[in-house]
Formats: sequence, C-alpha cells, structure tokens
Amino acid sequence: MPLMREFSFVDDQWRKLADNEDVPHEGDVIVNFTRLDEVADRLKSQHGKTGLHVSNTVKPHLLQPLFNQVALISVTFPAFNDGRGFSIAKRLRHLGFTGTLRATGPLIADQYAYAKACGFDEIDLPETLAQRQTADQWQKAANAISLSYQRGYNRPATILDQRRAKAS
Amino acid sequence: MYRYDEFDHRFVRERVLEFRGQVERRLDGSLSDDEFRPLRLMNGLYLQLHAYMLRVAIPYGTLSSRQMRQLAMIADKWDKGYGHFTTRQNIQFNWPKLKDVPDILDALAEVEMHAIQTSGNCIRNVTADQFSGVAADEIEDPRPTAELLRQWSSLHPEFTFLPRKFKIAVTGAVHDRAAIKGHDIGLRVLKHPTTGEVGYEITVGGGLGRTPMIGKVIRDFLPKADLLPYLEAVMRVYNAEGRRDNKYKARVKILIHEAGIDEIRKAVEEEFAASNRAAIAADPKEVERISTYFAPPAYETLPDTSAVLDAAKAKDPELKRFIETNGFAHKVPGYVAITVSLKAIGAAPGDATSDQMRALADIADTYSLSELRVTHLQNIVLPYVKKDDVPALYAALKAHDLGTANVGLITDIVACPGMDYCALATARSIPIAQDIAKRFADPDRQQLIGELGIKISGCINACGHHHIGHIGILGLEKSGEESYQITLGGDATENAAIGERLGPGVTGDDVPDTIERIVDIYLAERQSGERFIDTYRRVGLDRFKGAIHAADA
Repeated sequence: MPLMREFSFVDDQWRKLADNEDVPHEGDVIVNFTRLDEVADRLKSQHGKTGLHVSNTVKPHLLQPLFNQVALISVTFPAFNDGRGFSIAKRLRHLGFTGTLRATGPLIADQYAYAKACGFDEIDLPETLAQRQTADQWQKAANAISLSYQRGYNRPATILDQRRAKAS
Repeated sequence: MYRYDEFDHRFVRERVLEFRGQVERRLDGSLSDDEFRPLRLMNGLYLQLHAYMLRVAIPYGTLSSRQMRQLAMIADKWDKGYGHFTTRQNIQFNWPKLKDVPDILDALAEVEMHAIQTSGNCIRNVTADQFSGVAADEIEDPRPTAELLRQWSSLHPEFTFLPRKFKIAVTGAVHDRAAIKGHDIGLRVLKHPTTGEVGYEITVGGGLGRTPMIGKVIRDFLPKADLLPYLEAVMRVYNAEGRRDNKYKARVKILIHEAGIDEIRKAVEEEFAASNRAAIAADPKEVERISTYFAPPAYETLPDTSAVLDAAKAKDPELKRFIETNGFAHKVPGYVAITVSLKAIGAAPGDATSDQMRALADIADTYSLSELRVTHLQNIVLPYVKKDDVPALYAALKAHDLGTANVGLITDIVACPGMDYCALATARSIPIAQDIAKRFADPDRQQLIGELGIKISGCINACGHHHIGHIGILGLEKSGEESYQITLGGDATENAAIGERLGPGVTGDDVPDTIERIVDIYLAERQSGERFIDTYRRVGLDRFKGAIHAADA
C-alpha cells in the first residue's frame, strides 16, 4: 500500500506479515501485536528490525516495555472518522516512544496535519485513496492552516506562544 | 468583548480558504461524499430537508452590533431575509447555496466570526450564562474561560474525530442559567470552601437526546490553572473509551452510565496525573490577556432607582409589564439587563428578520454599549441598559415587533425547527409552539400563570431541550401520524431534572387543550408564591394525569 511520508508517497521498506505467515529471522517486518510471543527472540537479535501493528483499542502503557526493541509501531485506523488512533499516538509519544509511528488505514489528506501533530511520522494508505488524493493535495491540506492553539503537540509554536513572544 | 488579534484573524481566514479547497476537491471527486461530510459539518454546513443549512457560531452567545448587522446582511444577500437563533446560542441560516458558503464564511471572518465546529463529532461551540459580567450572583465572569476554551477546542488535532459531538457550557454564577448539567461537560466557577481560591466544579455526562441524563460531578474543585490539562485528560479518556459501535450510544453520558462515574473519574485522574501539565496549560499571561477584554465597561454612577422609569411606568402599564417581565437585575446600580423576546405571539420561536437584526444592532448601539447576547432560550439580551433609557428603548423595540413582554412565561416557548426545515424531524415543532402561544396570548393570563417554560422538540434528538422544559413536548411519528409526548417537571437550572412522561401521546391538534388542562390543574393546586415547577414537585406527576385525553385510548 502507498506510504505517505513527509508529503510524498514513498516505497515501504517494511514487510507486513499476514497472521498466517511465519516470522522470518532476517529483514524488517511488521507483525501483529497479538504475535508478540513469536517475536520475543527476534526482538533481542540484530538481524532485522521489528515493527508491531496494534489495534486502536490497545493500552499504550503495555507497549512501553518494548520501546527499546521495537523500531516501528503501526496503529490501525479502521475508518478515517474513528479518531482513537490520534490519542494512542499522543500517549505513545508521551510515554517516550521515539521510533517510527505509522497510521495504517484510510486517513484523508485533511487529517495529515492532525496525525503529524499527534506524533505520527507516516501513513499507510489504501491504494484507491492514494489515487484519488495526490501527494500535492496532501501537502496542500497539511499546510492549509499554519497556526494552532493547542500546546503540547508536535508542531511549531502555537498562537499562544507566538503572542507571548511578540509581547516580550 | 473579545477581539481577534492578527493570529485569530489569520486562523479564521485560513480556515475559510481550506474549506474552499475542500469544496473544490469534493466537486472534482478527490474527496468522496462520506469524506466531505464531516469536513462540511465541522464548518457548520448541514444538508437539511429542502436545502443546506449553515449554523454560525456565536461563542458564549456574545455579539457586537457590528456582527449583528453582518448577520442581517448575510440573511438578505444569501438567505431569505431571516435567521434562526438556536438553543446553543448560535444562529442558523436555512437557505444558503453550497457555492455561496465560502463567501458567507468570508463575510463572517470580516467581523471576527466563523462556523467552526458548530456541528460534527468534535467539541462544539462553547456556551455560557447570557448574563455573564452583569449578574449580581456571579462569582466570576465565565467569558474568559469560555473564550480560552473556544481557542483551545478550535481544530484540536486529537479531538476532532470523537465518537460523537461534545458540548461544553460554563457558568460563573450561583444560579445556573447555562443548563450546564445538560452538557457533556459543565463548568461552574466556585470558591474553594476552605481556602477561598476560585476554581471550577466539573460535571460530565449530561446530555439530552434519546437518552437524557443529568451530568455528574467528576471533580468538585479544580484549580483554574489546571483547566486545559484536566479537560484534555477527560477528552482523551472519552476518545479512547467512548463507544463507536452505535451512534446512539456514543455520547460521553453513555460511557459514564455504563462504566460508572467512579471508574471514569479514576481513569481521568490517572491520565491527568501522568500528563505534563505545564506543557499543556495556558500561559497565565495569555489567560490574563483574554480576561482584559472582558473588563467591566465604563459604567456611569447612577442612583439605583430611576425617576424617569418610575414615572413612565406609572403612566404606561404595558411598559410596566415589559420591564417587570423582561428586565433582569443588574449588579451595577441604575442599570438593568433587558431580554428581548423573539417569541412574539404567532412567530417562529428564535427567528429574527434582517430588519429586526438591524434594529437590535441600532438599539444596542444607542442603549447597550453596542453589545448583545443570545440566550439558550432563543432570546436576545441587551446587557448594559440604563434604567433611565428603558422607556425609549421599549418604544424602539415595539416599533420592530420586539416588545413582547413574555420572558419566562408560558408563551416564551423554545422550539427546534422541526419538520418545517429539519431532515431528522419526525413532527412539526414551530406550528405547535405557535398554536400554544396563540391559546395563551392574553398577557394578563400569562402573568397569572407565572413562570412556566415550555420546550418542544420535533424528534428524539431533543434540540428543543424538551426533557428540561417545565412542560416538555416531543413530536414523534406513530403509524404515519404525528404524536406528541408530554413530560412534566424538567428543569434546566442548578436543580436540573429530566421531565417525567405524563401519559400516551396526543395529536398535534390536541396539544393546546392538553396544555390548558395541565395549567388548570396547576392553578387549582397552587399554593401562595409557588411557580409551576414548585407545585409540580409538591403534588407529583399523578395529579396531572387527567390532563391527557389519549387519542388512541
């Protein structure tokens, strides 16, 4: 599936494993969090990076002990208007996850800025959606609003901070 | 009142441009209809029965005369010359064309207004006591809090695709005039019982709709500085845990109901304790900056009684009735706040023509320091009127059919647009309100009956707030016929209560007779000094059951 990263569609370096596929010893793979036991050895080895794919009902603190061993966490968005994934991303970043955070599902270009602000790095999109919404549209939508009011999110200085900077 | 700075201006302008782009991408097929839908809703645009409807935000109900004039201009240029003020202190235009909407949004931005988040599954326009800043029972003006929340909730990156809509109301007074317990979150400013520090009591899980619930206290005292971190914690718990399998069970009230307030309180407190409060909270200087916009205006020093007004009242019983019914005690001597009723007998509740809007703007310029407020009871308040000016003000209002003396009385009816406009409605609301008002048109009789609030919704979604009306009327459709269910004992104040169902539904034609019988029972039972709600609470529902003459009995 097309991967939106930094306003462009890029090749996915990761292999997403179906649940009936064996976990290979080498290479960078994403497995479902439900298969954690199967990748326990792999997480400690140096042969390939491991990513975990989680549902949007996961309790983020359960992932915290794995932060040093997991290079990528992919969060499911079953539909673009199911916003649970935004809170999971925010919690994972707050808990200290510094690896790649991926949203997987049919997000739309107009949500790109929100996804980035909550801590996502990239979005794994369905093919049909990526065909309808070009990279150009993603870039334009993400930059449509240059200002924000909320503090504590991953983006440039908020309006509140800019006001203070101007006043001082 | 609050004024946009360069940042607020740019933010709203960019939002309009963004929406223009979204409309274009919908038209060229880049956005599917399903994808476009929440985007247009979050810009206030609904698809109704006959046309689009644009709901414009009036944050915490505060309007300048300049803004009111612009609303009149919009009504004339892009609508049919009127607008509808809503129970959430907003205004709706019922007939805009999709292609004109970006231009309307531009016209709103010119006067520091927008339609952001007046719909959609996001944090909606924040509402507040219409007498903020002028009520004598106020602990603190809630408008700076409401404005801070307006800014904080605007295009929130994390809470814009919630399970369902989320409404916040704020009051700073002892008496609740903002119906905070009927909101997803209610904030009440209070003083800490021992330290005297000013903070908030926070209720959560109130809401009307098909499962009406009164909000429960989740935090009995929250220091002011912790407001945004605490609300962020509440929102995060709701966003993660709120149900998404059934839109009718997706409001936070259902989560509270199913998990229990103690469980949710614990989850919120854990989230709050783990958060980086300093990184989230608003800079105290920013809070102070906002507050300065709401500093009291330059009041004149006046005697509290006005000889001019007293003399005019003695001569004109209509004026006397008007000021005694529509006047609200002001905290500053010699001043009064006036509620202008948008419930003239036979009118559609909450509707104002563009001429009336312009007249209200002119009157506000002359008599109320150019400021107006919209109430959740669908009326307009002039907050800073000198008592000396009341006779002239009343004459000016009367000239525009705005002098109806019925605030708080039986003809001051709240009604949603109903079947006449709304795609969700199952029955008519406005004609029912008109019929009841005509039945009780006699002003003396209205005075005799006293305080009695009727609220009408044309479907189970309860936009007319019928659950919290002293008398609530819910229009449903039963095998092709309209059927009106009547509830009694609802209350929107600090004594919030959900009305109890009186009996089987009645036909639309029978509603006025039924209300008449309810009123007769009340008058027969009333003890000295009692209002309808007092009598109802004392004698109970059963005493009123004879009022229903069921159509299908």
